[in-house]
Amino acid sequence: MSRWILEVVIDPIACDGRGVCAEMLPERIELDRWGYPIVDGDNIAPALIEHAERAVRACPKQALHLVERSC
Amino acid sequence: MSLTLSKDAKTAPQAGRRLLHGIGGGAPDPGLRTHMERWGEVRPPRHLIDELEASGLVGHGGAWFPVATKWKAVASAGRRRPVVVANGAEGEPASKKDALLLSHAPHLVLDGLMLAGSALGAQQAIVYVPATHMPVVEAAVAERRAHHLDRIPIEIAEAADTFISGQESAVVNALGGRRGAIPGFVGLTSIRERGVGGRPTLVQNVETLAHVALIARFGATWFRHVGTADTPGTMLLTINGPDGPLITEAVLGSSLLTATGLRPEAVARAQGVLLGGYGGGWVTPAAFSELTVSEKTARRAGATLGAGVVALLPPDICPLAEMADVVRYMEGQGAGQCGPCVHGLADLADAMERLAYGGASGPRVERLLEICGLVEGRGACRHPDGVARFVRTGLHVFSDEVASHQRRGSCAKSHAARVLPVANATARRRLVAKA
Repeated sequence: MSRWILEVVIDPIACDGRGVCAEMLPERIELDRWGYPIVDGDNIAPALIEHAERAVRACPKQALHLVERSC
Repeated sequence: MSLTLSKDAKTAPQAGRRLLHGIGGGAPDPGLRTHMERWGEVRPPRHLIDELEASGLVGHGGAWFPVATKWKAVASAGRRRPVVVANGAEGEPASKKDALLLSHAPHLVLDGLMLAGSALGAQQAIVYVPATHMPVVEAAVAERRAHHLDRIPIEIAEAADTFISGQESAVVNALGGRRGAIPGFVGLTSIRERGVGGRPTLVQNVETLAHVALIARFGATWFRHVGTADTPGTMLLTINGPDGPLITEAVLGSSLLTATGLRPEAVARAQGVLLGGYGGGWVTPAAFSELTVSEKTARRAGATLGAGVVALLPPDICPLAEMADVVRYMEGQGAGQCGPCVHGLADLADAMERLAYGGASGPRVERLLEICGLVEGRGACRHPDGVARFVRTGLHVFSDEVASHQRRGSCAKSHAARVLPVANATARRRLVAKA
């Protein structure tokens, strides 16, 4: 049986490294030396979903997505 | 045109020389008459896709993707009639095999394109080649038109002379009139479903299409007469060795060293061997000598055969200076869309130059590996990943050279003539001035 996880992903073409996401979801996102997000692909636990959704909405380039993925 | 063509079926070549069968060292004879004398008219089997599946043919543009799987995906993509594209862009500076095929056997490629068009019910067929090869393709297309060979007209489009121009979605974007960018991000539909003009699109390398033209004539069983069960058939290699770039046709699964025709002494003297081009990887001469012509063994050795580039680095050359030039070139050849690739490859090129020319004050290897880690998997396409593999494997294979640069400072060999071709020499001039 396939398991589903919820993760945040970056559209690297849309992203221009504003860094808002790392401020709003530090549990999963840190910035690299150039200011672009490095995402931890771990499952977004229920307690974190609201924060993740807020980070997705806050991205000025709409480059952050919350997606379900089978693994 | 009054020429009469011999359309009789011809005997299949039994040895490992197939695509290059009948092609000698002389001036190219790309004409239709020679093509027909060599191969006869193609009478496609009723179920070509099944035949391709049975043959085990994979794509030779670099990705090694099963051809039948790709064709099925395009065929089942939707109701709109697809577009088929013969991709001869060959942006890799160290690869010359597609150019050779187009110069000597354009009709074999066009046969393959037309077979793809019929099998998929395409309404449009495009040949995508660099400006240098447009005349030979134009002449071939005119000959076919005069003889009413093709059901759908063949268009010719010019490929930009850049590393990335042959990348599948860059091809589609170029043909759609947009810039050669790479929208490979998850969530965008595949170009097999929505490509040129929004239609399902097959982009297939020209060598692969030439193999298709032979499989349509002689069948999957014939195709499997050479090679192994896992890796049947042949592929073209570009050998960048002491005698300049040479093209050879290698039987898959055979000894790579033997297939390249490189002298074992020349290989043993070399500092390293680059496989798969500038997005490929370095192996030691000893490891190279053990490899077979297969993507699986190349991957196991940390490299890739990609589109069949093999480059030998002779002893009197500074490998780090070679690498620095290539990384700088690759930095300039990105699509410029993704931050980590834009910044990462620039930093990587700077660090490689300081390693090659900066002497004892050059960066530590860990610093370079760290940048590699920061670009891998973070672009929309695999461009940064390829450069990172090139650097990682090179630092490993040339670890003695790295140590001696850090110990002794400047390297006498670093200003020697370069072996690995890069299209734009301005980076090198800037480097020499800096050093």
